[in-house]
Amino acid sequence: MPIQYYIALASCLFCIGVVGVLTRRNAIIIFMCIELMLNAVNLLLVAFSKMSFGAHPGASEIAAGTDAQLFVFFIMVVAAAEVSVGLAIIVMMYRNIHSVDINFLNRLKN
Amino acid sequence: MSTSEILFWFLSVLALFSAVMVLVSKNPVHSVLWLIVVFFSISGHYLLLNAQFLAIVNIIVYAGAIMVLFLFVIMLMNLNRESEPQKNVWMKLFGVISGGLLLTIFVSAFRSSADIFDKTAQLNDGDVGLIKNLGKVLFDQYAFPFEISSVLFLSAMVGAVVIGKKE
Repeated sequence: MPIQYYIALASCLFCIGVVGVLTRRNAIIIFMCIELMLNAVNLLLVAFSKMSFGAHPGASEIAAGTDAQLFVFFIMVVAAAEVSVGLAIIVMMYRNIHSVDINFLNRLKN
Repeated sequence: MSTSEILFWFLSVLALFSAVMVLVSKNPVHSVLWLIVVFFSISGHYLLLNAQFLAIVNIIVYAGAIMVLFLFVIMLMNLNRESEPQKNVWMKLFGVISGGLLLTIFVSAFRSSADIFDKTAQLNDGDVGLIKNLGKVLFDQYAFPFEISSVLFLSAMVGAVVIGKKE
């Protein structure tokens, strides 16, 4: 499968995530769109890790692909930690202002 | 058209459609369910690329753990269609326009790139993504980042408890 298709698919998913962050006001949906963007990047990294560089695959190529997939693994680890803290913040915000609307979150301005 | 290509197009269309449905669903619970569909189709892509370890980890961590956490929080807050806040239509329009512009920039950037010209992603083959190879490198070269990530998890856990507890 040509690598361009994977780049196009990951770009589309990433841009859908960006549009979600820009157009929605629910903090949880915005958070989910950030997860969508992380997954688009992961998909692109895995596709690049499987990109064959030439007709004769060598040992160094396998090592490079392994590095890319471990990078994806660490991205997933960091995303899991981020989600736990972020959802705790959203729960605390809901407890204080009884809403998850980000337009009410302008109190740092005053 | 081979089976792999048919699967690729099916999974791509499924991922894009569900990603759009995440945005347009009014009910947050429906958004979570559509996002789970996106994660499963991305896991299908990983399987197609023979990255078996990442496919399983993606299902367990994202579709299993993170999405259940989202679902719990949404049900805890009792959010539904009536309480869903809406931006005005101009903000939505400008959001879609700026996202489309970003996509245009991405496409024009990778269309003119010579690095990816005539390169293909290897489907259904190659032992890069097998657990045996990944595990050997993870616990040999990447042992220190692996331990650091456990410290990160511990701090995230403590942080979540401290933030979430009532004062």
